[in-house]
Amino acid sequence: MDISLINLIPLLMAASTPILLAGLGELVVEKSGVLNLGVEGMMITGAITGFMAAVSTGSPALGFLGGAAGGAVLALVFGVLTQGLMSNQVATGLALTLFGLGLSALLGQSFTGLKPPHTPDLHLPVLSDLPVIGPMLFRHDAMVYLSLVALVAVWAFLRHSRPGLILRAVGENHAAAHALGYRVTRIRLLAIVFGGAMAGLGGAYLSLVRVPQWTEGMTAGAGWIALALVVFAAWRPVPLLIGAYLFGGITVLQLNMQAAGVNVPVELLSMSPYLVTILVLVVMSALGAAAGAPGSLGRAFHASR
Amino acid sequence: MTSTDELLAIDGVTKAYPGVVANSDVSFRIRKGEVHALLGENGAGKSTLVKTIYGLVRPDAGTMTLDGQPYAPADPSAARQAGVAMVFQHFSLFDALSVAENIALGMETPPKRRVLARRIREVSEAYGLPLAPGRRVGDLSAGERQRVEIVRCLLQNPRLLIMDEPTSVLTPQEVEILFRTLRQLSAEGTAILYISHKLDEIRTLCDGATILRHGKVVGDCVPRETSARDMAEMMVAAKLDMPVKTPAAPGPEVLAVNALSLPAQGQFGTALKEIGFTVAAGEILGIGGVAGNGQDELFAVLSGETRTEPDTVTFEGAPVGRLGPHERRALGLLSAPEERLGHAAAPEMSLADNALMTAARRMGLAPGGWIDRRGVRAYAEKVIAAFDVRTPGPQTAAGALSGGNLQKFVVGREVMQDPRLLIVNQPTWGVDAAAAAHIRKALIRLAEQGAALIVISQDLDELMEISDRITAICDGRMVRPRPAAGLGMNDLGLMLGGRDPEEEAAA
Repeated sequence: MDISLINLIPLLMAASTPILLAGLGELVVEKSGVLNLGVEGMMITGAITGFMAAVSTGSPALGFLGGAAGGAVLALVFGVLTQGLMSNQVATGLALTLFGLGLSALLGQSFTGLKPPHTPDLHLPVLSDLPVIGPMLFRHDAMVYLSLVALVAVWAFLRHSRPGLILRAVGENHAAAHALGYRVTRIRLLAIVFGGAMAGLGGAYLSLVRVPQWTEGMTAGAGWIALALVVFAAWRPVPLLIGAYLFGGITVLQLNMQAAGVNVPVELLSMSPYLVTILVLVVMSALGAAAGAPGSLGRAFHASR
Repeated sequence: MTSTDELLAIDGVTKAYPGVVANSDVSFRIRKGEVHALLGENGAGKSTLVKTIYGLVRPDAGTMTLDGQPYAPADPSAARQAGVAMVFQHFSLFDALSVAENIALGMETPPKRRVLARRIREVSEAYGLPLAPGRRVGDLSAGERQRVEIVRCLLQNPRLLIMDEPTSVLTPQEVEILFRTLRQLSAEGTAILYISHKLDEIRTLCDGATILRHGKVVGDCVPRETSARDMAEMMVAAKLDMPVKTPAAPGPEVLAVNALSLPAQGQFGTALKEIGFTVAAGEILGIGGVAGNGQDELFAVLSGETRTEPDTVTFEGAPVGRLGPHERRALGLLSAPEERLGHAAAPEMSLADNALMTAARRMGLAPGGWIDRRGVRAYAEKVIAAFDVRTPGPQTAAGALSGGNLQKFVVGREVMQDPRLLIVNQPTWGVDAAAAAHIRKALIRLAEQGAALIVISQDLDELMEISDRITAICDGRMVRPRPAAGLGMNDLGLMLGGRDPEEEAAA
């Protein structure tokens, strides 16, 4: 197989999209001061609910909606437990991942081996027909562009909008935000549901476009990578994009190298995306100004205290 | 008092929590442009009352009237719209956000970013509180942080400004600037509800005062015409027994710190620079300074939490810089840290277990590694009795005690171990007058028995009251210690700013 940029970049963008979507969701959740370790569980739930919706309706668009809904419902469970019933966020998040993996396996029993409806590539006038750049950047399905639009939207929301400022304030110091009259629990619930929907979208992208079929445990740790990316990107959207594309890029590259029979042990190639991503991000967060975690991250809030 | 002159009227406000009545039938009036003080011990119900006015707490009974209109704010936002603003005791600020963002969060309809930045500059300069809108709040000093809160309130042209213990973190100079601002506001017709423990401040600033005890109004007075002592006695309903320090003849040197320099730990830490001093037996050395200037770092070096070169800290002539807190305790070098919950005591554990943790070795409470339950209990009971800690018993969780009572226990636990040297950080922070007097007396008695003491405190009155010598720490440097007798507030102010009053006078 030919290892060239024209071949690699489109694959890279597609490979990175699920992680980018899930990571953006988790970034917003953590900015509001909540640590949801259930990303993996929400992703795989989104993968199967999206797959089910797409197969039974024949519409990829409804499939993605179904995936987002599945992730959001699971996130809502987490939200009710941690925000309403004050359960521990770390334990609840881990339970959510285990629950999501089991639930998806149960739901997916009769869907193994089916083929989902094809998600068409979006033909952009002029741009898609450009030589070299066209096939490289502009012949993707709508979800790839949507993930980039979401990135810009999340960045602008957090940085320039008033609701975004309030969300950051809640995550930074929930007691102070409460004292100023902001509804900490409600804002966090909304963020959690958004995070779940984004993780579900990422999962649905895996089962509907990337693979495309349903297999048990098909997220294979993508949710954990998304979670790690958020931390290493120091809760900033642009480094998150770099991290996600780096991970996707090396995944694609090493697969191509394996196929091309490069004389490097397969095990080494398989672990390379994880290794390189973590190394680069550690260096990045060490060099960058020590932008810390949101001040109230992972701490439970109760209005009476 | 005419009715047109009246801004806020509170009538019969009552609020009960399970097990406590925080406010019981509280009534008082505030006139337009009046600076009105709210006085009371910890737990007298001051905070609940101002939270009610600011819409954070809804009263069970009673009414409020603002400018002739019935006033019952559902949330702080409604209170702000009605013209009530509040500066909180523990600043309600967001460290990672900029000054302008922090201010925008406290406003109902913030203007565009550029307009807001300009208005922040205008207002902050008009009231003598300069502020740069783009700076990160986490990098500001305590005084500057308070300015952010005040400017946030002023931008909304409040009719009533509530200030909860505003001066507890300020230097005397900063207090003066604050008072000038408050007087200017009051002259412009803004009423100010001022909460403070510091009676002298109230006497210089306030036009009227309402005194609360156990949630009830027990009196009011005109602070300018009432002595601080009388007000304190109204607060506690008892004669106050003020501690008196008689200067001691210095004994042999107990502790020496030589050329202590330490790089800053973490993002908000302070580096210690070339600190050197000694303490003698029977002496109390007071260390003043505004929070965050290196007190906590110095405390950690003295207690053994941070280790240094052996010779940097010597105790009775022997190098102890390398020893940890346990080894130092065994030698008789004891310490009581500042934060009651988390650093000085484990809130979830009982008082007996908390006593065991620092007293195990010196009091022989765990012979051969096995806990002597009866001995621990007896020791805890001894501390409780000697320090008048109000608690059901030694099995009560530390976190269930009020701040003043737990502080008495935390200090008492060390004092009862008969230390050769005791280091205390903020011994009476957030503690009411009676408990504070009790703690100070115990410290003075300990020194009279021949122990050396180092007291780190932000409360200058406290330092003046108990210290033999006073020094200050500023930006990690220590000023030369000076005898407390003959030091004025002005000298202290200079020392807090890192300057030596004698050199200033010579210059």
